[in-house]
Amino acid sequence: MTASKATINRRAFLKVSALAGGGMMLSFNWVAGATPSVNTETTSIPEEWSALNNYIKIHTNGSIILMSSNPEFGSNVKTSMPMILAEELDADWKTIIVEQADFFPARYDRQFTGGSMGIRLAWKPLRKAGATARQLLKDAAAKTWNVPASEITTEAGVLHHQASGKKAGYGEMATLAATLPVPKDAPLKDIKDFKIIRHSQKNVDGKSIVTGKPLFAMDHKAEGMLVAAVTHPPFGMKVKSIDDTAARAMPGITDVITITTLTDNYERNFFDTNSFNELVVVVGNTTWEVLNAKKALKIEWEPTPDTSFMMTGWRGPATKVTVPGGLESTQGHRARMEEMSKKSGEILRKDGDPEGAFKRAKKILERTYTAPYLAHNCMEPVNCFAHVTADKAELYGPIQAPEFIMRTLVARLGLPAEKINIRLARMGGGFGQRAYGHHMVEAAVISQKLNAPVKMIYSREEDMTNGIYRPTYTATYRAGLDENNNVIAFHVKGGGIPEHAVHAHRFPAGAVDNYLAEGWALKSNISIGAFRAPGSNFIAGAEQSFLDELAELAGKDPIEFRLELLERAKNKPVGQNNDYDADRYAGVLKLVREKSNWNKSAPNKGRGVAAYFCHNTYVAEVLDLEMKNNKPVVNNVVAAVDCGIVVNPDAAANMGEGGIVDGIGNAFFGEISFKDGVPDKNNFHQYKMIRQQESPKAIEVHFVQNDHEPTGLGEPLFPPVFAAVANALYRATGKRFYNQPFAKDIEVVRSRM
Amino acid sequence: MATIKLTINGAEQTVDVDPNTPVLWVLRDHLNLVGTKYGCGMAQCGACTIHLDGNAVRSCTLPVSTVANKKIVTIEGLSENGDHPVQQAWIEHDVAQCGYCQAGQIMSAAALLKKKPKPTDEEILSAMNGNICRCATYLRIRQAVKTAANS
Repeated sequence: MTASKATINRRAFLKVSALAGGGMMLSFNWVAGATPSVNTETTSIPEEWSALNNYIKIHTNGSIILMSSNPEFGSNVKTSMPMILAEELDADWKTIIVEQADFFPARYDRQFTGGSMGIRLAWKPLRKAGATARQLLKDAAAKTWNVPASEITTEAGVLHHQASGKKAGYGEMATLAATLPVPKDAPLKDIKDFKIIRHSQKNVDGKSIVTGKPLFAMDHKAEGMLVAAVTHPPFGMKVKSIDDTAARAMPGITDVITITTLTDNYERNFFDTNSFNELVVVVGNTTWEVLNAKKALKIEWEPTPDTSFMMTGWRGPATKVTVPGGLESTQGHRARMEEMSKKSGEILRKDGDPEGAFKRAKKILERTYTAPYLAHNCMEPVNCFAHVTADKAELYGPIQAPEFIMRTLVARLGLPAEKINIRLARMGGGFGQRAYGHHMVEAAVISQKLNAPVKMIYSREEDMTNGIYRPTYTATYRAGLDENNNVIAFHVKGGGIPEHAVHAHRFPAGAVDNYLAEGWALKSNISIGAFRAPGSNFIAGAEQSFLDELAELAGKDPIEFRLELLERAKNKPVGQNNDYDADRYAGVLKLVREKSNWNKSAPNKGRGVAAYFCHNTYVAEVLDLEMKNNKPVVNNVVAAVDCGIVVNPDAAANMGEGGIVDGIGNAFFGEISFKDGVPDKNNFHQYKMIRQQESPKAIEVHFVQNDHEPTGLGEPLFPPVFAAVANALYRATGKRFYNQPFAKDIEVVRSRM
Repeated sequence: MATIKLTINGAEQTVDVDPNTPVLWVLRDHLNLVGTKYGCGMAQCGACTIHLDGNAVRSCTLPVSTVANKKIVTIEGLSENGDHPVQQAWIEHDVAQCGYCQAGQIMSAAALLKKKPKPTDEEILSAMNGNICRCATYLRIRQAVKTAANS
C-alpha cells in the first residue's frame, strides 16, 4: 500500500500556530503569500480536538472533522472531496463529520466551484493532506509504543503494530500527533487499495436537506436584520427618477435607497459582470413587506449611453470594455447575426487547403444551427446576507468564486481582505451564474449604507430578468466528401452575442486534412456569463447534429463514421494542438454502442447518438424517443463516460442524470428573448422548465473503468444531449432540427398537419 | 394587521401580520420555519409546498387569513425524527443535488402517498409535475416515491 510517495509541493509551506488548548496547529498552506482571514475558529477549538492540518481535526474519542473547502452548489463536492481525505487518512467513513469551510485562502487553495475542476485539481492536494495526517498518527504511535513507524499499519481509523499486538484508535494518538514534525514524504495509497473512493457514500447533508434545516443563505437570520429587495431597469436603461411615496408609506418599510455597485474608476475582474450598476432598493422588516412595496415604486428609466470600463481578462491583461447603449431586441439580434454569418470571421485554425478541397469535393453539406439566450433559473433566487461595520464585514451568500469577489469587496468597501469574512452558504443551484458575485457587493453596499445587517433578495422576476445569460449562438458547418465518401474538407464558422462558441482544436479538427475554423462576435448590453459547460453547451449540439447528417450523406452508420474519423486522428493526426485523446474518445462511443445495443436497433426508431469531449471528460450518449400525439416522449438515455477514477459512483451517476435531463429540457424548451431591452419571460409561468412528465423514463450512466486521475463531471454530460435529442427527433419525424428550442419547431410541424 | 391563530406542525401559534401575507412568508419570517422555500411566488415551482388539512398546497400564494383553524404541516413537522418513509427513501436514493427544491418535492410526495398509498407511474408523474427541480433529479424522485410507497 505504499506505491507512491507524496512530496510536498515546493510552493507549500508549513504553518504553525498555537491552539487555545495549548497544543500546536500544524498545517500546510498550498499557496504561499495568501492573506489570512478574520476567521478565528482554529484558535477556539476545544483541546479534545487536534488539528493535524487545515483539513483534518481528530477528537480524543476518535471522531474526525474534515473541512470541505470548496463551495457546494449541488455537485456534491462536500461529500466527494472529504472522501478523498478520508481515504488517505484511512479513516472509518462512519466516524466522519464534514464541515463547510469559510473562504480562507491562507489555508485552502482554489475555493472555487466551476469548470468541472473541483475534484480534478484537489485530487493530489487532498490525497497528500490525508496521507500526511495518517503518517503523523503513525509517528505518534511509533513514539508511544517505541516501535518503528514503518511497522505500523492502519485500517479504518485504527493503528496497529502486529509484532507487539498493540492497537490504538486515531483519537488516542491525535493529541501527540499534532505536536510532531510534519513528514514530507508520507506515502499515498495504491489505487487498488481504495476503500472509500470508488465506493458510493451518501450526501453528508442528505438528512439536513430532507428535514428542511437552514442550509442556504436565503434561510439566514441575524439580530436586527433588515430585508432588502432590489429593482433593476431593462437592458440599456438606467434610473431617471423615482417616486417612492407609496412604497415608503407601506407597512414595515424602513427605507428606499439607490446604490451603485461598482465605482467608475474601478478596474473590474472577469467575474465582476453585473448587468445593472445602479439599483433601487426597498428596505424593510420582512420579505413580504419589501416585495410588496417594491411593486409600488414608480420608476422612470432613461437610455444609457455607451459605457466603458477597464477589465482584466480571464487570462490576460486589462483591456477597455465598452458596453453599447440602446434598446436591443431578439429580432434585431437575429438579423445582425444572419448578416455576420455571411462574412468571414477571425480565422481560429486552418489546416491544408480547405477551399481547394471543397472545389474537389463530390458532395458538400452545409447547415446552420442557432440557439437562444438561456436564463440559469437556479431554484434559489439571488440573495446575500451582509453585515458591514466601520472596521469589518461579514458576508454569507451563495458564491462559486469567492476569491474574485473578495477583490471587488476590498476595493468597494475600503476594508482590507483580512477584515472581510465570506462564509460559503450551500447554494440552491449555481450552474455558472453564482460565479458572478455582484450580489455580494450589492448586499454589502446596502448594509454599509444602512449601517445594519441586511439580507438582500431578488424576487424570481428580478432573478430571471437580471442577465448573465448563456449567450445566443449560431454556427454554420460545411463539409466536403470525396467519391469514396471520405471527409476531405471541414469548415466551421461560429458566431454569437457577445461571443462565439467555436473550440477550434476539438474534434473533428485533427481528423480532416483540410480544416478551417472561424469565429465572430457582436457587442451587446445584454450581459452574459458561464452556463453549465460554456460554449460547449451550444457547439456540441451543432457539431454532433451536423456529423449525424454528414454520416447519413456518406451512407455510414453515425457511430462507425465518428470512429473512422477518430481512427484517422489517432493514426495520422492533422495539425497541432488537437485537444482530445482519440482512443478515449472512441472508447466512450464503443461503450455506448455496446450498452445501448446500438447494432440491434430497430430501423426507423427515434434513436440518436452524440459524443463530446469537454472539461477533460469524454461522453457519448444514445437517446431514444418517440412521437406521441405529436409530442416527443423520451424513453431512454444511455450514457458512457470516461472521467478517470470515479470518486463517488452513485453521486456521479446522479450528476450525470441531472446533466442529461437538464440538456433535454433546454434543447426542447430553454429560451429567453428580448423586446426593447425587456426579457420576454420573468417567471416560471412563461419560462418553461423541464418537469417530471417530460423527463426520460430511464437513464443509464456507464463509467469507463480505468485508473486515470479524475476529471470533470458536472458539465460534460450536458452538451452532447442537445444533439442526441436532435438526431433522435430526426429519426422519429424525418425532419432535421437546427434551431433551439426544438419544441417551437415541433409546434410548427404540428400546426401544419 | 390582524392577529391570526394557526395550527402548525401540531402546535398552536399566534401571529400578528397583514392578513394578505402568504403563509410562506409567515412560516419563514415570523415563525422561523425556513424549510419551506421561496422559488417563484406564483405557485409555479412547488418549492413552497406544505400540507393544508392533508393536501399539498403552494404556500407562496396562500393568504394567511384563509388558513386559520386549518392544520398546517411543514417539512419540519413531517416527522419527529426525519424518518418519514418519504424522507428515508430520499436518503436511500441520495436524491438531492443542490437540495433547495427537495422539501417541496417531499411534501408533494408525502401528500400523494397519503391519498394513494400505491400510486401508478402516471399518478406519480402527475402529482409531482408541479415541482421543478433545476438540478433535474426527477428520475431519483420517482424512484424514491416508489420506494416510499413500498415501505
